[in-house]
Amino acid sequence: MEEIRLTSLVRSSGCNAKLPPGDLHKALDNLEQVRSRSLIEGFESSDDALVYDIGDKALIETVDFFPPMVDDPEIFGEIAAANAISDIYAMGGEPRIAMSLMCFPSCLDISIMRRIMIGAIRKAGEAGVVIAGGHTLSDREPKFGLAVTGFAKKDRIWSNHGVRPGDVAVLTKRLGVGLLMTAHKAGETDAKEAIEQMRTLNKKAWEAADGLDIHAATDVTGFSLMGHSYEAASASGVTLLIRSEDLRFLPGAEEAARFGFVPEGRYTNEDYLADKVFVPESCPLYFRDMLFSPETSGGLLLFMSPDDAGIYMKRLDTAFVIGEAVRFQEMHVKVV
Amino acid sequence: MTELDTSGYSCPEPVIMTKKALKDSPEGLAVLVDNRASKENVSRYATALGYKVKVEEAGQNWKLIISK
Repeated sequence: MEEIRLTSLVRSSGCNAKLPPGDLHKALDNLEQVRSRSLIEGFESSDDALVYDIGDKALIETVDFFPPMVDDPEIFGEIAAANAISDIYAMGGEPRIAMSLMCFPSCLDISIMRRIMIGAIRKAGEAGVVIAGGHTLSDREPKFGLAVTGFAKKDRIWSNHGVRPGDVAVLTKRLGVGLLMTAHKAGETDAKEAIEQMRTLNKKAWEAADGLDIHAATDVTGFSLMGHSYEAASASGVTLLIRSEDLRFLPGAEEAARFGFVPEGRYTNEDYLADKVFVPESCPLYFRDMLFSPETSGGLLLFMSPDDAGIYMKRLDTAFVIGEAVRFQEMHVKVV
Repeated sequence: MTELDTSGYSCPEPVIMTKKALKDSPEGLAVLVDNRASKENVSRYATALGYKVKVEEAGQNWKLIISK
């Protein structure tokens, strides 16, 4: 029997399936709810996870799930796990336990569900995470992800609102995953490096910061480099100058953009950010596509002093500087 | 001029459909698209191949005239 291609069952995939940020704000801003004094980071801060004071340390919790962007069920399980776990690292925490969320079409062989779980368990194990339960729904489109819980020392929580003028912004994975996976869906590329990068945990990126003073952090996913940079810079009241010549992209990303293999989320991301970030008129269209395209299971975006950045980059060879924070000047993100 | 209707399809499908259609009609064709991402992406694809693209509004949709 010929195996059904997982990606043929879904309309959008990976972090590209996120609702546009503008719509999300309309639905969620200013909702009234019970206050909790122990809640250190909650709904309001657009951060990557909630942080809850449990006495001697903080509990960090996050959830993330999405439709498949690859056909191999085990690799999809690995990517979904690496992506969900990343939000704990982005808050400076150590992930420990998780619950799975699975939506599964009745037309698919149940062995595919098992293979998704095998991949997820393998990747979670690599992070030291135990998947201890979950919930499954019958659905027309497959979707999978994890709700992950981690812990951190209270003085080592990285929020996205601590960026200081003078900080260097360091990114730990290359950009272009969303573009390459759109070209992959069209059969134009095997997207080998993008897939390899998506299934790579941000664990080493988190470990490499040991002993350094990280002022703020986030990870770069569906809202694109520009969107996540804007969230951190605006929450911190600074301007982030992104140096376009310092950005690193996966091979083939530029070509995918030039040939129109651009994920839909790129357009909704730019709609939301148009009056909030500055991109020079001279910036070619394909480069704008690369700036605003959603990433899936992207790298950590860390803000620290130039000295710490020097140490950090010696420890992690995939990391690179994308720019620096300055005092607020008109817009929260400027591409220069 | 050959017409291609990509209504109801989301990216990258309209680009794939255009790619196939241009193989059969290398002189050019008219592509109907019903969303902005498809309009942008099909235009990028044709432009990258060296075609000229003219965008005409067609109600809620767009017609892209792709020519040499």
